Amino acid sequence: MDLKAKILSLVPEAVYDEKGDGMWTIPAGKFHDFAVALHHDQALKFDFLRSLTGMDWGEEGLGVVYHLESTEHGHRLVVRTLTKDREAPSLPSVCDVWKAAEFNEREVYDYFGICFVNHPDMRRLYLRDDWVGYPLRKDYDDSEEINPLRMSNEVAKDDVESFDLQPDGSIIEHRKVLFDNDEYVINIGPQHPATHGVLRFRVSIEGEFIKKLDVHCGYIHRGIEKMCESLTYPQTLALTDRLDYLSAMQSRHALCMCIEKGLGVEVSDRVKYIRTIMDELQRIDSHILFFSCLCQDLGATSAFLYGFRDREKILDIFEETCGGRLILNYNTIGGVQADIHPNFVHRVKEFIPYMRRNIQEYHDVFTGNVIAQHRLKGVGVLSREDAISFGATGGTGRASGWACDVRKRIPYGVYDKVDFKEILYTEGDSFARYMVRMDEIMESLNIVEQLIDNIPAGDYQLKMKPVIRIPEGTYYAAVEASRGEFGVFIESHGDKTPYRLKFRSTGLPLVSCMDTICRGGKIADLIAIGGTLDYIIPDIDR
Amino acid sequence: MEIKEPKIKSMRYNDFKDNEYLEAMLKELNANGTNVVVGCLDELINWGRSNSLWPFTFATSCCGIEFMAMCAARYDVARFGFEITRNSPRQADVILVSGTITNKMAPVLKRLYDQMADPKYVIAVGGCAVSGGPFKKSYHVVKGVDKVLPVDVYVPGCPPRPEAMLYGMMQLQRKVKVEKFLGGINHQVSKKEYARLMERDLNAERDELNVEQEKD
Repeated sequence: MDLKAKILSLVPEAVYDEKGDGMWTIPAGKFHDFAVALHHDQALKFDFLRSLTGMDWGEEGLGVVYHLESTEHGHRLVVRTLTKDREAPSLPSVCDVWKAAEFNEREVYDYFGICFVNHPDMRRLYLRDDWVGYPLRKDYDDSEEINPLRMSNEVAKDDVESFDLQPDGSIIEHRKVLFDNDEYVINIGPQHPATHGVLRFRVSIEGEFIKKLDVHCGYIHRGIEKMCESLTYPQTLALTDRLDYLSAMQSRHALCMCIEKGLGVEVSDRVKYIRTIMDELQRIDSHILFFSCLCQDLGATSAFLYGFRDREKILDIFEETCGGRLILNYNTIGGVQADIHPNFVHRVKEFIPYMRRNIQEYHDVFTGNVIAQHRLKGVGVLSREDAISFGATGGTGRASGWACDVRKRIPYGVYDKVDFKEILYTEGDSFARYMVRMDEIMESLNIVEQLIDNIPAGDYQLKMKPVIRIPEGTYYAAVEASRGEFGVFIESHGDKTPYRLKFRSTGLPLVSCMDTICRGGKIADLIAIGGTLDYIIPDIDR
Repeated sequence: MEIKEPKIKSMRYNDFKDNEYLEAMLKELNANGTNVVVGCLDELINWGRSNSLWPFTFATSCCGIEFMAMCAARYDVARFGFEITRNSPRQADVILVSGTITNKMAPVLKRLYDQMADPKYVIAVGGCAVSGGPFKKSYHVVKGVDKVLPVDVYVPGCPPRPEAMLYGMMQLQRKVKVEKFLGGINHQVSKKEYARLMERDLNAERDELNVEQEKD
């Protein structure tokens, strides 16, 4: 099918820009109808919104870039829409088409001040309500006088603002009620041991059943994307490890891949092998930690200790080669920081049978336990349609039967050379999410086993210039991080720093589907659901 | 009576860094003169306190994982008596601020600190809590937790290794051992002040509900 002709037949005014990955520009007035057509048309069926990025193009205006994919046909599309108005910018919301847009559009509103018309909930997502200005705009003034450290407690409002389009074309602002006065609302977090960090929920309950759940993010919003705009490309690498610290290898791999793609650099086979092995070891590390924390949250403290015992083995392997335990700083543009340690192969080979044996122990201790089964089975069901619509990739999506593994969809590294299964469950409940991760540990061990003896000789690092300039254009690269698709979007204007660098968070879609999953469930199950979704808060807030 | 320098089992005094600070504290303590009974009681109480410092499970980011590793089997924080991590600030003695503190989190952290019972201690763990670390130039990061709370021990690193955290905790133990407890830190707040603080509803969502009692 000719995608170009199809799009031009839908919107004749659409303009294609070939720079980098290529991107379509759609006029804002026609964008909503266009989005509906993309989603509903049987030949197109773009049902997965991979990434939604707010942009400030200066003179050209403010806008949004959408990365779309069809889960059925496998084709991909990048479109953008923009508005010239900088005073009161507004664009049509697409959250009725893709549920993933709901939180992402709030993020764009927070960063750029673009109001999305017909969005049900136009609050800031990360920053405080009394924050002045929109930080990712190019003309933002970040002086301390304008936004000092405010120590007053924040008031949690029970209603939200929203902008609705009237039949005559005008836009009116009105407030929508989130929680009624007679609803019983309890607050969980930001300091709560089972939210895995500083995430905050406001939950309306009826008896012990959850009626509604409202997520508050931003307690660890560190402004990484804005910082990256003033850093050179090699410098930006340092911050990715601190996003999702349990996918440090993969996140950095994604950014390196994206920059290498922009530069047109091909890394050596040795680097590809090393990166793939490291990614898989990191995945095992993350999934063991997932197991430990889930058990801890459900009250099984000894399982927590077992998990950490085995995790230390991986950290030892990392430490020998990379020098770090958690923040590894290993991948670089065009290679890796240092060659693998002479002990590396030997220790990894020792670790594989050790871990296989211990997984069995995990199953004996926890999986078969009656309490664990009752706490997890049939709890927090996420349907396949919702998983796709929210863009909940990774173990969560695969537990709902959605084959969303980037390693299979868009193979990178040496994943096309190894033989591995994509773990799929269809139940979509907490137990399935748990089992996906446990099985993935085994699968990752298989991948590592296939690669470890065949690491080819070669350079571990290409010669790169200290100042890197990526040719003008937009680039997107994604890897399968420990908890889903981690994407990097770079817009380069040919400078030594990126014009815009966006990280597709793996955790944001997961928290955005919390409300859908939890409704009707018991308040105690919130812990099991949150535990099995396995989000990392600094990755959500960035 | 003379209070001796703080002793930590299995580590020599000279192996610790930052001894001058403790010596200054000791000097001040000894200069004021201590009653033998009170001094002996103080030493006993401080021995108990320093070996049962209960940390508050507070972590915002990466350092939290290393904190968990510290509590787990290999590093075994229980050797020092810190194993009882508390999920409620009201039961904790020490808060390890592990991770970045952002502008939005700062008032929450302050409130958590206020809810802790005296005597309470703060350890700034990691570059972010010490000074803002790699995010110093960010628009939404507090440049060091000491802008918000009084810090007792700084543990640098990104993230610090569990050993470094243990070292920081041991430094805190030494500090606890040279404190004047009776008539000192057990009376930091006067009764009147304490009553006033208790009347303030720390749980109130809105600041304006924290009505200060008018003085008569």
